[in-house]
Amino acid sequence: MTAVTQEREAVEREGDEPGGIRAAERSALETIRHGMRLSPEFRRGLGGTMVLAVLATLGKVIVPIAVQQVIDRGLRGDAPDVPFIRNAVVLCAIAVVLTALAGYLMNVRLYRATESGLATLRTKAFRHVHDLSVLTQNSERRGSMVSRVTGDVDQISTFMQWGGLMVVVAGGQLVIATVVMAVYSWQLTLLVWACFLPLVFLLPRFQRLVARRYTAVRERTGDMLAAVSESVVGSAVIRAYGSEDRTAARIDAAVNGQREAQTRAQKTVGLTFPITELVASIALAGVVLLGVRLGLDGAISAGRLVAFLFLITLFISPLQTATEVLNEAQNAIAGWRRVLGVLDSPADVADPENGVTLPRGPISVSFEGVGFSYPGGAPVLHDVTVDIPPRTRVAVVGETGSGKTTFAKLLTRLMDPVSGQVLVDGADLRDVRFSSLRERIVMVPQDGFLFDATLEENIRFGRSSATTEEIRLALTELGLTDWLEGLPAGLDTPVGQRGESLSAGERQLVALARAYLADPDLLLLDEATSAVDPATEVRLARALDGITRGRTAVSIAHRLSTAEAADEVIVFEHGRIVQRGPHAELVDQPGVYADLYASWTSATRS
Amino acid sequence: MPSKVSTAVMRQGLKVIGVAIKTEPRVFTAAVLSSGLYGVMTVASSWALGRATDQVVLPAFHEGRTSAGALATAALLIVGVALFKALGIMGRRILAGIMQYRMQATSRRAVTRQYLRLPLAWHHRHPTGQLLSNASSDAEAAWSPLAPLPMAVGVVVMLVTAAVAILLTDPVLAIVGFLIFPAIAVLNLVYQRRLSPLATRAQQLRAEVSEIAHESFDGALVVKTLGREDAETTRFRAKADELRDANIAVGKVRGLFDPMLEALPTLGVLAVLLVGSLRLESGGMVAGELIQVAYLFTLLAFPIRALGWVLAELPRSVVGWTRVQDVLDATGSMEYGTARLDGDGPAEIGVSGVTYGYDPQAPVLREVGFDVAPGRTVAIVGPTGAGKSTLTQLLGRLIDPDRGAVRVDGTDLRDAARGEVSGSVALVLQQTFLFDDSVRGNITLGRDIPDERVWAALRLAQADGFIAALPGGLDTHVGERGATLSGGQRQRVALARALVREPRLLILDDATSSVDPQVEKRILHGLREGSARSTVVVVAYRMATIALADEVVYLEHGAVVDQGTHEELLGRCEGYRVLVTAYEREEAERAAIDSDEEVVA
Repeated sequence: MTAVTQEREAVEREGDEPGGIRAAERSALETIRHGMRLSPEFRRGLGGTMVLAVLATLGKVIVPIAVQQVIDRGLRGDAPDVPFIRNAVVLCAIAVVLTALAGYLMNVRLYRATESGLATLRTKAFRHVHDLSVLTQNSERRGSMVSRVTGDVDQISTFMQWGGLMVVVAGGQLVIATVVMAVYSWQLTLLVWACFLPLVFLLPRFQRLVARRYTAVRERTGDMLAAVSESVVGSAVIRAYGSEDRTAARIDAAVNGQREAQTRAQKTVGLTFPITELVASIALAGVVLLGVRLGLDGAISAGRLVAFLFLITLFISPLQTATEVLNEAQNAIAGWRRVLGVLDSPADVADPENGVTLPRGPISVSFEGVGFSYPGGAPVLHDVTVDIPPRTRVAVVGETGSGKTTFAKLLTRLMDPVSGQVLVDGADLRDVRFSSLRERIVMVPQDGFLFDATLEENIRFGRSSATTEEIRLALTELGLTDWLEGLPAGLDTPVGQRGESLSAGERQLVALARAYLADPDLLLLDEATSAVDPATEVRLARALDGITRGRTAVSIAHRLSTAEAADEVIVFEHGRIVQRGPHAELVDQPGVYADLYASWTSATRS
Repeated sequence: MPSKVSTAVMRQGLKVIGVAIKTEPRVFTAAVLSSGLYGVMTVASSWALGRATDQVVLPAFHEGRTSAGALATAALLIVGVALFKALGIMGRRILAGIMQYRMQATSRRAVTRQYLRLPLAWHHRHPTGQLLSNASSDAEAAWSPLAPLPMAVGVVVMLVTAAVAILLTDPVLAIVGFLIFPAIAVLNLVYQRRLSPLATRAQQLRAEVSEIAHESFDGALVVKTLGREDAETTRFRAKADELRDANIAVGKVRGLFDPMLEALPTLGVLAVLLVGSLRLESGGMVAGELIQVAYLFTLLAFPIRALGWVLAELPRSVVGWTRVQDVLDATGSMEYGTARLDGDGPAEIGVSGVTYGYDPQAPVLREVGFDVAPGRTVAIVGPTGAGKSTLTQLLGRLIDPDRGAVRVDGTDLRDAARGEVSGSVALVLQQTFLFDDSVRGNITLGRDIPDERVWAALRLAQADGFIAALPGGLDTHVGERGATLSGGQRQRVALARALVREPRLLILDDATSSVDPQVEKRILHGLREGSARSTVVVVAYRMATIALADEVVYLEHGAVVDQGTHEELLGRCEGYRVLVTAYEREEAERAAIDSDEEVVA
């Protein structure tokens, strides 16, 4: 496979991996340049680090030079020149210690610079993901967003600490070894290079082969993990249908597939790895043969020839690790490119500069000719125009896919309309400062997501300054005291990851309390009580009734009891508002609402 | 007492390695032989160079003559030794890989077999994430020392050979070697000991950073709607900074020891040159031998680190192995009897005195008893947390009661032979689960069921429409856990999976919660008409579902409060009435309030 096809595959992978939006077009060099610009820490003190790297690398040629000096000058006569050898050895030993010191300093500087840069990059990317609109960070993309700030950055980190160092040191090693060799004998230097030159062409080929094998390993590992997870996540279904044997067979196939891919990769690495060893031996033999001939002509001294044998080992070690370094480098650049891709994708719903701050107090909303469509999709809202006066409680109803939730997302500015505008107290939402917007309009989403903390901390998300007393009061006013008392540790109860220690209904209660504590002027409820049992829902509805009094409130409802309680009902169908008015009025007119209501009552009434 | 702990870890680690050797003795032997070849040939290559120096290079320079034969011999020797060394490296690497991957696969198969064998109650006690990592990363970690192990054995062979070679060459020079190499080994040990806790910490912080990112992005909607982006960024930055510091701490240790480990052999070579020249002076050795020993030192410097790599992997290996072993040692299983459930037509259910608790101290169900006559449809109704789902799992024998018995056609489910319960009873769970398979595979689960029957089941589940619209129809792959379908669609496929079996007992645990009310209505109608051959137990909230049932079992706090028809219960059971009429009463109250307000106005 050529580099071009591989690059294309990478591009295609990027294509269905949305975190890397527009990431793939950048070449490796551009990626590095752009990345360095975004992380100035990488460059801080780089000059000094490079000088230290050169010094550290010089340490590697001490042995060949010492050997050459000892043979050519110390052992020239009949008896060894011991004082000379002693002086040479002591000098060299001092040099070794100094270069080791340089190596230490270089390492520490390199680690400090790269890790600082990467921590900043990580945080920047994390923040940027939160700045992206819900369109870009929808649930399918979330996993890959996480990889952008974790695995991808880790990959760069690993490379910088190991591979990057190898590139610097190995490159320096090759250069310095070549220089010393050329000083000793240009003929032998040419011979050594002639032996190693084929490797320069071979190694990148090997690397591509190895990379392909590892891609296969990654894919098979994914299959294996998926198969294994079925035996855990699907444990109940597997038992209910007695399909243990079938599942076991599927797992075995996946486990075996991964093992085979791993073994194949290992074989490729194992077979290609010792090639450099063989090439080195050919170079050694060649140096002995040609060196002796040159020696007979007096073109080279014995010490220099022997030093060559040592210099060749200096040559192999960077080449031996070259395939791995190239692999890591490629992965790191790919990772970097993906991280930069996230930073490049524009925050399409941005906090306006010099935005308007809305004064507190009852809020009015108006949609003027609002249309919306998801990128590349058909329109989901058409020309929606509606006014919601302050202090009105509105219920939004309609079948799944009628545009209710889109309406809610536009009203909270999770997305911006494609056409028309959304006005709050007469101001276009796009001109309202985020901090002001989030303070005045609060939405309770259907999925009451909780963070892995205590109940109290989760409720406090609504308003960071709230005291424990205020939180208690909020729960009391919502009529949730009984529920709170039933919890093992009251407000200190840990809710578990994603709030999973609580039931779906309980999570919704917490989300409601959170919104209530935030004390907004407009409260938007997106099927916020869909998972609680009817009795609790009725209790909550009553509490919400109290809460929303005097505020503007919009409820997306699938239980029409909510609609009955509202001042006004807005009925959506196929992305349009088809009916509007109080429940009592609409229910008697033939139309969408009457139909919805009929099917609702038949499902709930005895 | 850290040193004591690590001795224990070391002993355990060696035990784990011992298990691997016992399981794969032939591969291990071959790997070690290859590595031994590599070790011997590494020493031999220095010997070849020494010989070339002594017999070809130096004579040529001192005496100005050489023979083509000696030259050719030297060259062949160098290349020949390298060839064998290369073979040793290939064998070592490939065989070590084969052994490591075989052991990993063996562990993974064994662990997942346990998952499939152990009762569901065991699964309930263990977090999903833990079980997943037992089968993936723990099985991987357990056998991680196998990769560098043959190399380490080869290095030992190499060191012994080298020691002998140096001793034979010159005993005085050997002293230098015996000082330097143990020093390298000790330095390595200190290095790994210092590094290992720091590396573990960095690894753990990486996981923590990832957790925060996962949680924060999953909760993006909450973060956005409550304007908590700054707070979240602060939280993430703190962890990212901790990780940075941990990585730098690792870097400092590496940065200190790596150059030292390189400098030490170099100093050794210098010492060899100094001592060697003294020996030359006294006539104890020849120049070629000096070169040979010096060269040997440069060759040994790197491989000797492999000893440290094995040691470095041991703690991780022991942890992984212990976790895997815990799963393999877990006892308890579903016991099966020999009875057959081969009755014809709808099943009869008898539940008597059933008590069950995930935690035996706090039972979820207490003394539950009721009977269902064949062909009847029963709704299980009760507030959240009443034990409805647990009851359905007992009926489908996913779990066994602590006390009491669940009988189908008079047979205690525990006496039924393997495969009998799942052959007669179909359970549709609240949490839908689809396999990463085709739609057909998800419905037939490998059984030979003709497509007409699959379509019929899909039709009954109101799923035929969207399945027919899929690009591959029944052959469409649904992705991991059915990710390509919506929640309601997944539920309908799961329903079809149960219906296609024409079970004698069909249990639905809130199985249509994600389905649109209109669609649900059609499904329920279909069930009523098609379920003539099934007894149906359905957990329900909605009136429409309850209306489908012949009778109702009302549960509260894990106990049956009442059983009878809907009308009977409405009349005599207060809790039931409160629950199912909540909406109506609310409406009535509101009407009353509204009329009050009108009066006031």
